[in-house]
Amino acid sequence: MTVHNLYLFDRNGVCLHYSEWHRKKQAGIPKEEEYKLMYGMLFSIRSFVSKMSPLDMKDGFLAFQTSRYKLHYYETPTGIKVVMNTDLGVGPIRDVLHHIYSALYVELVVKNPLCPLGQTVQSELFRSRLDSYVRSLPFFSARAG
Amino acid sequence: MAIFSVYVVNKAGGLIYQLDSYAPRAEAEKTFSYPLDLLLKLHDERVLVAFGQRDGIRVGHAVLAINGIDVNGKYTADGKEVLEYLGSPSNYPVSIRFGRPRLTSNEKLMLASMFHSLFAIGSQLSPEQGSSGIEMLETDTFKLHCFQTLTGIKFVVLADPRQAGIDSLLRKIYEIYSDFALKNPFYSLEMPIRCELFDQNLKLALEVAEKAGTFGPGS
Repeated sequence: MTVHNLYLFDRNGVCLHYSEWHRKKQAGIPKEEEYKLMYGMLFSIRSFVSKMSPLDMKDGFLAFQTSRYKLHYYETPTGIKVVMNTDLGVGPIRDVLHHIYSALYVELVVKNPLCPLGQTVQSELFRSRLDSYVRSLPFFSARAG
Repeated sequence: MAIFSVYVVNKAGGLIYQLDSYAPRAEAEKTFSYPLDLLLKLHDERVLVAFGQRDGIRVGHAVLAINGIDVNGKYTADGKEVLEYLGSPSNYPVSIRFGRPRLTSNEKLMLASMFHSLFAIGSQLSPEQGSSGIEMLETDTFKLHCFQTLTGIKFVVLADPRQAGIDSLLRKIYEIYSDFALKNPFYSLEMPIRCELFDQNLKLALEVAEKAGTFGPGS
């Protein structure tokens, strides 16, 4: 079990934060392009899922998996999107993504007057707290699977 | 537990088969007096609720029937325009049925090719070497399972999140496709599947999968 990487987007599609831990393959395009592609994919999945759904949805899109990784998605009512890629063995981690939003992003970025909203987060404290939180997760293992 | 629908997408992203096997009823019928306390608007040739969520009627729901007469697009089955009809006080009290708008065949084609691209992007953004595209997509109301064959045909099944045994169902559908579409001399590759035996066997397989949840290894 392992965590590959994490994206944080705001409601306009700006990538607020990106970090990676065990990532073996890069997308082969500049990082900025990758963020746009990722946001574009999530945006399309959201509209796809809302059209496809046979019933009215509450949380909407939660996760998808391929043969090699699983993408977990969490969106707040304000449009902040937390995306974590892990390996296939990881179950639902909505609470983890919610914790990253409520205990890290809100506490250390939104409540920090020196962090302008809508831009890449520069706060060193946020980065290090996030890093140590992800490293402390039960499914984060140094031995890359 | 249920299987909602099946899509078959060819390697170019075109929808070549679609079956809706079960649509859960999420409809609300209510009798209104004039004036209507909902705001309706015309969107994509359909009459949708724009404001005034109440009693199981949600924003985004479409008008499905008026006084028991079905509504197709912006017209009722007997040819009256919906917004005009609801605008005149003499037609009240009126009973209107609301529900999630059903997908039109055009929308299904569009969604199928949309999934085709999402599938490709999913594999491009992979953090691991040699990943396939999206195999399973999870939401709170349904799970989408996709199986791509070596020849690039995608079989997509939408099912209840708790429904088990979809993987074996997908392989079974592939088998049915090979047996009753590919081996049919009148079927041309990559074209819409119009084969009676394919239809019959697919429906049978869906029934079995819904009941048993799985196919044996040799089936």
